[in-house]
Amino acid sequence: MTDVTSTDATTTPWTTIPSPNQPFAPAHPAQPHRGVPGGVGTSARRPDGIPKVKGEFAYSSDLWAEGMLHGATVRSPHPYARIVSIDTSVAKSMDGVRAVLVADDVPGAKVYGMEHDDQPVLAWDVVRYHGESVAIVAAEDPETARRAADAVVVSYQELDPIVDPEFAISGDAPELHEGTGNITRHVKIRHGEQDVSAPVVVTGRYEMGMQDQAFLGPESGMVLPGVDGGVDIFVATQWMHVDRGQVAKCLGLPEDQVRITLAGVGGAFGAREDLSMQVHASMLALHTNRPVRMVYSREESFFGHVHRHPAWMEYEHGATEEGDLVYVKVRVLLDGGAYTSSSTAVAGNAGRFSIGPYECPNATIDSIVAYTNNPPCGAMRGFGAVQVALGHEAQMDKLAAKLGMDPVDLRIRNAMSQGSVMPTGQVVHNPAPVRELLEAVRDAPHRELPVVGERDVIDIRQLPGGAANSTHGEDVRRGVGYGVGFKNVGFAEGFDDYSTARVTLSRGAEGPIVSVHHAASEVGQGLVTICMQIARTELPVGPAIVLPADTQVGSAGSSSASRQTYMTGGAVKQSCELVRSELLDRAAGHVGVARAGLRLADDGTIRNAADGILLDDVTELLSTPIEIEREFRHRETFPMDPERGQGDADVQFAFAAHRAVVDVDAGLGIVRVLDMATAQDVGKAMNPQQLEGQIEGGTSHGVGLALMEEIQVVGGKVRNPSFTDYLIPTVLDMPTVQMTIMELGDPEAPYGVRGVGEPPSISSTPAIAAAVRDATGVAITRVPIRPDDIVFGA
Amino acid sequence: MDFLQPTSLSEALAMKAERPDATPIQGGTDLMVDINFDRARPSATIDLNRVPELMDIEHVGSDVWVGAGVPYLRIMRELQSDAPGLCMAARTVGSPQIRARGTLGGNLGTASPAGDTLPLLVAIGATAEVASSERGRREIPVRNFIIRPRHSALESDELIVRVRVPKARGPQQFGKVGQRNAMVISIASFGLAFDLDQRAVGTGIGSAGPVILDAPEANAHVAEVFSTEGLWDSAAPLPDGVAKRFGELVGQAASPIDDVRGTARYRRHALSVLAARSLKWAWNEHRETTKGTRA
Amino acid sequence: MKVTLRVNGQTVEAEGVWPGASLLTMLRDDLELPGSKNACEQGECGSCSVLMDGELVCACLVQAGQAEGRDIRTVEGLSGEGDGDVGDVQQAFLDAGGVQCGFCTPGFIMAVDHLLSHEPAPSDETTREALSGNLCRCTGYEKILDAVRLAAERRADGSAVATTGGAQR
Repeated sequence: MTDVTSTDATTTPWTTIPSPNQPFAPAHPAQPHRGVPGGVGTSARRPDGIPKVKGEFAYSSDLWAEGMLHGATVRSPHPYARIVSIDTSVAKSMDGVRAVLVADDVPGAKVYGMEHDDQPVLAWDVVRYHGESVAIVAAEDPETARRAADAVVVSYQELDPIVDPEFAISGDAPELHEGTGNITRHVKIRHGEQDVSAPVVVTGRYEMGMQDQAFLGPESGMVLPGVDGGVDIFVATQWMHVDRGQVAKCLGLPEDQVRITLAGVGGAFGAREDLSMQVHASMLALHTNRPVRMVYSREESFFGHVHRHPAWMEYEHGATEEGDLVYVKVRVLLDGGAYTSSSTAVAGNAGRFSIGPYECPNATIDSIVAYTNNPPCGAMRGFGAVQVALGHEAQMDKLAAKLGMDPVDLRIRNAMSQGSVMPTGQVVHNPAPVRELLEAVRDAPHRELPVVGERDVIDIRQLPGGAANSTHGEDVRRGVGYGVGFKNVGFAEGFDDYSTARVTLSRGAEGPIVSVHHAASEVGQGLVTICMQIARTELPVGPAIVLPADTQVGSAGSSSASRQTYMTGGAVKQSCELVRSELLDRAAGHVGVARAGLRLADDGTIRNAADGILLDDVTELLSTPIEIEREFRHRETFPMDPERGQGDADVQFAFAAHRAVVDVDAGLGIVRVLDMATAQDVGKAMNPQQLEGQIEGGTSHGVGLALMEEIQVVGGKVRNPSFTDYLIPTVLDMPTVQMTIMELGDPEAPYGVRGVGEPPSISSTPAIAAAVRDATGVAITRVPIRPDDIVFGA
Repeated sequence: MDFLQPTSLSEALAMKAERPDATPIQGGTDLMVDINFDRARPSATIDLNRVPELMDIEHVGSDVWVGAGVPYLRIMRELQSDAPGLCMAARTVGSPQIRARGTLGGNLGTASPAGDTLPLLVAIGATAEVASSERGRREIPVRNFIIRPRHSALESDELIVRVRVPKARGPQQFGKVGQRNAMVISIASFGLAFDLDQRAVGTGIGSAGPVILDAPEANAHVAEVFSTEGLWDSAAPLPDGVAKRFGELVGQAASPIDDVRGTARYRRHALSVLAARSLKWAWNEHRETTKGTRA
Repeated sequence: MKVTLRVNGQTVEAEGVWPGASLLTMLRDDLELPGSKNACEQGECGSCSVLMDGELVCACLVQAGQAEGRDIRTVEGLSGEGDGDVGDVQQAFLDAGGVQCGFCTPGFIMAVDHLLSHEPAPSDETTREALSGNLCRCTGYEKILDAVRLAAERRADGSAVATTGGAQR
């Protein structure tokens, strides 16, 4: 157990491991890299790997402090109700209970939010979703805290919940947030001609259920009251600086009295962008002047974070007889739930990417996100692009069928490429190898797959249903489907997106050490490895360490939007380059030569223009450390104009394609994914092994969304807040993913990198839906695909 | 919460008699979930892990008596030939970790219509032997063990001691449908057992009613067709339409509802499909075996 | 209540344990062994997998008192103190890239160690069935399967790195 009060407790274990291990041979070797062991382009080992395999890595739920209390949250059982009264007297009188707090006890702002401050820290007059926080408790042990939470008596007057987003925005529904008409945002994009017809038209309606990020490490953390009246927060989060701003406001404290250190993060996928227990535990810690730990259970976790927006999509595609797109009309309706979270940005993405990575001269796009009394929705891997990919890819298949064309050929015919124009008018400046990606998955070898027959089945574990013994091959039909998708990397629409890195080159006991300090969250994706690799490559003079992420350095932005390798990687690279420049200045001064032509070689020596060694050890230059902290920005983006949605809103576009091969037991509607082939342009494979892990993991989220993952909300109530009934893929549900990695560098990005985390989650789901359609002939229009849809859909 | 830990059956029964409010715990795979999720706070638990009488597997004549505390993993290892269908069902319970701990006693005691082993136990006509310190032992057919979801025929002073599993007298099958390829609670499940001695068929239906159901009309239909067509003796292929009709009758016997895992309509359909397939598999297996014996 | 048990070869006592606590909570909160993880506490994710008297179980489903006198092995028992002092399965996870956020990792490592000690050369399907009680949300499982293959190969050809614990001791 990690004692956060001890002096070295804030040191995450990876800082003690200075040297890279032997690179592991990747299945798909990357471009040759510069010759620095463990540098950029190698499959350098994760520095946090050893503590993680040993069970020593301190996750946010593993923290401990002397004298700590345990927090618990009282949540609303109703999706929409007026709070008549809250009686905390019994709870307060219980042995071992140290605090019971309600909205009146919030010291500062009573509402918070990432984009709009509209979510109560603790609800006081109205609860707007099932599971909303109403009161918080701190007690000497977790069981007492739970019992005390139960003893808080909240009297509700139930109201009719608004659960249908279409009704919510109809004008007939009461407003959940005054003056909004329950429209959180309506994105309009008008591209080209608006009144245009085409000889071939296909229309379709598609629907996506509410997916959960389902990270394994529950929301949790520890807050220590500071002697200065502030708080020290140890939490698993994606963006500690935005946490800090919100926490400080709600606590009524200046930001410098809210100090956040990243605790070990057990996955994120978007669900840790919004606050969970940060303000609550801080309030309890300040009130009791004791450390407070809060750890959500799995059930509570389903209420503790936002989910992926469910979507209802209407499409109309017009094309020529030859298969050239003439126009696309799209209406996307997203259910944003009770509070704003990042809904406005999700709606922006859903609009901009709604026609897919295709060229189309004319587009009419409306992307609307509504307030309802359903659970709040916000960020999840793929962020708006996932929803619409189901629609645009289904439409391309439908159009291909109508035209009698091969679905891949139709996609290729309309594929976007570098220089294509987005519906927003933005020219795609970076490589856009949509055609090449599609060709790669189409031409990927077909793996040897189990032969399906009524007899001679070797192993039922290879069949749909597996060991559940539901088919021995009866009614099993194979299908193949394709999907391609894209989205932006980094924050869009004029957001000032930057990351900060402080790099220090100093003299350690055994020579020079490069320390990297940033506030970017390592959420499992391997950013900490990438930053070390960059430091090794740019400053190959000694071991590189990455310090714990905290708010003692400037903001790094969120670990989201596939942006951290680009942004924090870029910040580390930039600061390293400045440190290197200073080092060369010092070398020139030290030896007494001109600065021009000096360089730091990969072997750590300083060389002159003739490649002669000027200094073979830089230690002597480091009597004082060299320290540089700089912000790194990508190029500016711009808002979309509100009427026509025009504007250079995006930084960079990332693309991926999938081919899915499935077996479907058409009699029972059970699907087994046999093979996934994917192709992705990553710009630069910074760490091939980690890259493969991102693609495989991202694909698994798409498999889950296609076939099983849905938070079921009925009448505003969540019916399956558990891992028994919210299903995510097991190892028997995930096939091997074969992949083609392309490295078409983006000249504007550090090392040419392209964000890689999200694209695999975008194109995988539509590929599976297409494969199930191919296998069964059923017009699959909704994911997750339920057995009913297959059995009764024909 | 008290924690009671008897080391013999008589001690356990005495405790249960004294503390009828206490909840027995064996593998903990259901009860601990309720405690962890704060859905249950029993005033006491009685840990039955150390009651040796509950850990026995005894072969007595045509029956195997399986102790209520025998984990699925052991059933799968030891009862492949005597109770193949039970082993198939046990294999579908949760995960390897769950199978290492979960027991027939727990599956019965939890009294969920989704209990994976229960349809097969119903299909083979298994009985649960329960005991109280005061009234001694009695047998309850598994078919009647669940009264309604989460409520069993067990009296408050009784414990489940063992399950009488009639040794297989013909081919058996168990299958279930879930939306994931492993570790899933069934949307519907079905157990089938042929009794070649009695020339009968037994069925059990899970997750499609408030209790585990059987399908007597389906059973009777198969028995009748087999008698008429002489299949019991000839082991000839299934006549056309028998499996389909059997499936329909099984579907009709179900009493499903819509819930978070599936719809009533789908459940009924899935049971028809599963039952028809199971009948074919079982009969084909019998025919293969018979052929083998004759050769 | 007080519970006495063997954990990773040592006899230990936990005092003041809430009787409703699971073995998992007792390990994490009372015995200061947080390596076994609390992802679902309903036996669905396997992140709390430990060996109890040699069987792979979910520690979250064992009531603390049930562990009285039992022999428990946790992930902490598979490695030694030093940085590089890791068991062969742990090393294989590092080498194969089977670790991302790592929250599932201790449970997987226990499950793989248990599998390979009973089945040194498992088929792909056998491996998958044996690991179907362990959920991973980050990796899509492929690198974990690579780790199993790697560990099995190394055990078979005797090149497994020295280990201080686990099945090899």
